Amino acid sequence: MAHRITVDSRSDHAKAGRIFSTLTERFKDAKLTGISCVQAYTIDATLSKKELERACAVLTNPVIDTASSTRVLSPDSFSYALEIGFHPGVTDNVGSTVRQMLEDALGKKFKESEAVYSSQFIFLTGRVSKEEAEQMSLELHNSLIERVRVIAFADWNGGRIPLVVPKVRLAKPAPTRTVNLDVSDDELVQIGKEGILGPDGVRRGPLALSLPELHAIRDYFRKKKRAPFDIELEALAQTWSEHCKHTIFSDPLDDVEEGIYKRYIKGATEKIRKAKGKKDFCVSVFKDNSGGIVFNDDYLVTHKMETHNTPSALDPYGGAITGIVGVNRDAIGFGIGAKPIANLFGFCVGEPTDTRTLYRDTERTRELLSPRRILSGVVKGIEAGGNQSGIPTPLGFVYADESYRGKPLVFAGTIGLIPRKRNGRLLHQKKANAGDLVVMFGGRVGQDGIHGATFSSEALSQGSPATAVQIGDPITQKKFSDAIIRELRDKKLYTSITDNGAGGLSCSVAEMAQESGGCSVDLSSVPLKYPGLEPWQIWISESQERMTVSVPRAKWKELKAILAKHGVEATVIGKFTASGSCVVTYGKKKIVDMELSFLHNGRPKKQLVIKKPELKSATLPEVRADAKKTLLALLRRPNIGSYATISEQYDHEVQGMSVTKPLVGRGRVNADAAVIRPLRTDTKGVVMAHGYAPSVSAVDAYAMAAVSIDTAVRNAVCAGAPLSHLAILDNFCWSSSNTPERLYELKEAAKAVYDYAVAYGTPYISGKDSMYNDFRGYDAKGNAVHVATLPTLLISAIGVMKDAKRAMTFDTKTVGDAVYLLGTTRREFGGSEYAKLSAGTYVAGEAPVVDAKENLKTYRVIEKAIEKRLLSAALGVSRGGLACAASKMAIAGGLGLTLTLAGDTDTALFSESQGRVLVTVPKEKTKAFEALAKGIPVKRIGTVTEEEKVVFKLAKKETVEATLAELAKAYRMPYAQF
Amino acid sequence: MKPKALIFSGYGLNCEEETKVALEIAGALADIVHIEDVVKNPKLLGKYQIAVFPGGFSYGDDTGSGKAYGARVKHHLGTELRKFLERDTLMLGICNGFQILTASGILPGALIANDSARFTCRWVDLEVKGNSPWLTGLTTLSLPIAHGEGKYFDTQENLDALEKAGGIALTYETGEMSLAQGLPGNPNGALRNIAGITTYEGRVFGLMPHPERGAYFDQRPDWTVLRERFEKEGQKTPEFAAGIDIFKNAVKYFS
Repeated sequence: MAHRITVDSRSDHAKAGRIFSTLTERFKDAKLTGISCVQAYTIDATLSKKELERACAVLTNPVIDTASSTRVLSPDSFSYALEIGFHPGVTDNVGSTVRQMLEDALGKKFKESEAVYSSQFIFLTGRVSKEEAEQMSLELHNSLIERVRVIAFADWNGGRIPLVVPKVRLAKPAPTRTVNLDVSDDELVQIGKEGILGPDGVRRGPLALSLPELHAIRDYFRKKKRAPFDIELEALAQTWSEHCKHTIFSDPLDDVEEGIYKRYIKGATEKIRKAKGKKDFCVSVFKDNSGGIVFNDDYLVTHKMETHNTPSALDPYGGAITGIVGVNRDAIGFGIGAKPIANLFGFCVGEPTDTRTLYRDTERTRELLSPRRILSGVVKGIEAGGNQSGIPTPLGFVYADESYRGKPLVFAGTIGLIPRKRNGRLLHQKKANAGDLVVMFGGRVGQDGIHGATFSSEALSQGSPATAVQIGDPITQKKFSDAIIRELRDKKLYTSITDNGAGGLSCSVAEMAQESGGCSVDLSSVPLKYPGLEPWQIWISESQERMTVSVPRAKWKELKAILAKHGVEATVIGKFTASGSCVVTYGKKKIVDMELSFLHNGRPKKQLVIKKPELKSATLPEVRADAKKTLLALLRRPNIGSYATISEQYDHEVQGMSVTKPLVGRGRVNADAAVIRPLRTDTKGVVMAHGYAPSVSAVDAYAMAAVSIDTAVRNAVCAGAPLSHLAILDNFCWSSSNTPERLYELKEAAKAVYDYAVAYGTPYISGKDSMYNDFRGYDAKGNAVHVATLPTLLISAIGVMKDAKRAMTFDTKTVGDAVYLLGTTRREFGGSEYAKLSAGTYVAGEAPVVDAKENLKTYRVIEKAIEKRLLSAALGVSRGGLACAASKMAIAGGLGLTLTLAGDTDTALFSESQGRVLVTVPKEKTKAFEALAKGIPVKRIGTVTEEEKVVFKLAKKETVEATLAELAKAYRMPYAQF
Repeated sequence: MKPKALIFSGYGLNCEEETKVALEIAGALADIVHIEDVVKNPKLLGKYQIAVFPGGFSYGDDTGSGKAYGARVKHHLGTELRKFLERDTLMLGICNGFQILTASGILPGALIANDSARFTCRWVDLEVKGNSPWLTGLTTLSLPIAHGEGKYFDTQENLDALEKAGGIALTYETGEMSLAQGLPGNPNGALRNIAGITTYEGRVFGLMPHPERGAYFDQRPDWTVLRERFEKEGQKTPEFAAGIDIFKNAVKYFS
């Protein structure tokens, strides 16, 4: 029998207040007068009366809570109650914690079939209609993962209302069967597009295998003289996917036969490393879950940037939390295991003020979430994932454009720290040996993420698990992360490790099998979340928080015991072999038997064709009416203004390494770089920075990539990173990548990726691509709509500075400091915020030309000046031009600036020419600085003033000035409500 | 002899390493020990003079911060910790550790959700009240906070009693750091601005701010501004910030 305990906690009052303000903001006409919340725990287990009382007691803090196990606690009067809980199969972290609490308090283990489910009752008080209550429920839950019921006060019955037990109930699994590929090409195409026909006559969802790929598979099995099993096809689809094999980057594109990855990305790194010779700091690049570079004699630092775009479009919270917790595993899975020491985020979303309605379906029942909800969801997801894991988040960004209205981009990155050597082994190297056991540990396996996005929401409600999106469980991961970093790693209890991400076991085990030369796995031994999974589902499931390790037989007992102490389940699921094949059984039945060479290298290449797109350019208005108004309007733009409200929700101080903060100065202005000091025993600092310029791709994809790299390098150098110890990561987010026009742009961007990395000597150490960020749906009138994201390249930089005590921030610090502008200003407005503001489009004016030769000299001067302590502040000039950079500097420091600028007003204030840096220099150091800066374009343009004002003295005696209060007010506008 | 500190870990606690660094710099010996190792062998506590529940997110704050870990502590180690405190020992709970100490009944009151209903990471200004050995010689200091449930709450009666007994150890003030950043002094709506409390004659100390994250000069948010001033005056920049003094006080207590 199931029981339900409800807890009314004073701690939920603040949350209720926040829900109230969201609802009153959204439903201005509703007569809602208040909100209260009660937490419910439905315990699907047999408990005695006494045990139930004890359970109640353990869930109650008498200072702040009241609880009941006989009725749902509620206010005396209300109009409607909403109960929101999860669909069956959705990760329920609260439910799982309550289960552990009860097991501990009652001194007994729950049975496999028993569980605890959490839900929440929200009471609407005031005269709210049924329709309004239903509308409000839509605002408060996401039907893809959550269920809701709306209960009128008249039906409340004193809180004695029926229980809901969202237990997964699956039909008996169908046995593994073969798939006939000796069929017509039309039939093959259908298999590739819609999936294998299930026993119920329904196709299982896309394999995304092309006809040539299916031909190659057919031919392979013809040679083997048998038909493939369904699980073999599913595994090949995973391994050969764009996601796992980066097909567009590895296939021949136009005249680039070896593919753009090999020529432009890997090619750049190889060239740079060779030129560096003995000064090469790369240790493990491209081949592992993260890239690793030298930190000092004893440690490496690692970095990896991921994206989680599609899941975040469906469930922003779940998508973002699995994104960040997932990329943490790329650090934990680097070498023998690195400790995550910093998280980074980036959100590209629709403009939060955009209220258009769009739908996924012609019937217009499945509405797309609004940019406002997507952004609040992803903000919360990164918060929960990072904060709960105890990993600081020192840096991130928010960028808004209508092209992200259909699909947001959610970037999540993790920096890790790993000793170079322990117990005589190099920790960045790993090798599973034949004979080692295949061990999976962490969470259990469910139907999560199987053909994820193809499941419709209708199919989700009747006992079938919600598989489309997942919710991360950071605490489970934190437990095994502690176990790995503190105990398992240094005891040499395993020989290799990787995480289970895309493709689940099918990818992680098959990848590690390449190290030993084969594997043999029995899927019937994999622990499941609920019974009823088919073998192919177990093999490709993307259930989160799992690692796969190779364990020498003699070490298994000790490994299992340590993990058990940390509360982590570990299971032997097979062994690594040297057979040359990947063999999988279910019990005694062999259901996969493929050569590793075919699995990994059997995919036929495809020639990709490109075509130059045509651009229509708008003209910029000749003269701006009011430069001050323009400046304030630019500072309010969502791509320039502050997102401090978001940054401060992320713990950037945990681990005690923070040196420069995400919010700089008294004015708390968002930084584009951050410095941390990983070890107190070494003064060395890790500098991280980012660069991105999607809007420039509207004009010129080559320039977009050039600007992104230049900006990342500039931001890193301005914070204190030396060019000689600076690496970068590429992260391409493209759309419509099956069209020759977008592939043309991709090639252009890739060329710039090569050119500028080589010019700056900054090698790539890791990368990622996500090629189909398109949304195809319908508008409110039912017209078909296609929204494609701007071609976007995020460049993340990571550098190591010798002395973190020389780290630089950009706030004005001392009255009388001289202000210099380094670099050349040209009239470059293509893709600029000024163009968007004044011409309504980014496609206006010339794209910035990045002069790497000149910029490199500038950056070397900045590097030296920081090293010699000649600067008191440094800021790269970026979006919004010099006027916005100067404003940010002044807002941050709380001291004014008076600057004299040459040239026409618009160009001087708002041009987005690259390679420019604004610095302040203490009076007594100006001579030394000017001597150092000889030979580069540099101009003393003004001073730091006591008066709280920014004044620009322009040509023709024009003066533009604004008070810091005016500037700060505009700057803090765009994301104030997040 | 250096005093020995036991730092609890496990189930989502996450500040144990920086806490260990701060304790060791201050002159103590510190071990990070998984709670299950203490539960299995409670005698272990006898070897230590200081017990620390560090910050973190035990059990993800599910069902309320500190509740699940606090229940585990109370259930398995309640008697042992009482015995530990019968000796002349010190105990510290930082952030989630403070929440665990209140949830397990070692400290009074409760920590509930911030008034903003948001997780907040920022620096605060603090005034020292009462006379706990942890706070000897300190009058005001600035430290960072990072929490979603840090609002100290109790009935007025209990708060009066706590105040009368000198149990209020730290209060939020609108000081230098808050004024400079234009932020309210009290970051979470804590009753009577309470940021930290003590019991057992000041030996057990729970606080929401993180002294281990404000122990060094280069952890301060304004250190690059202060650096300019020190250099102009021809002075060396300091090595430490005020947070380290709390750990030094603990070491001094045993010397």
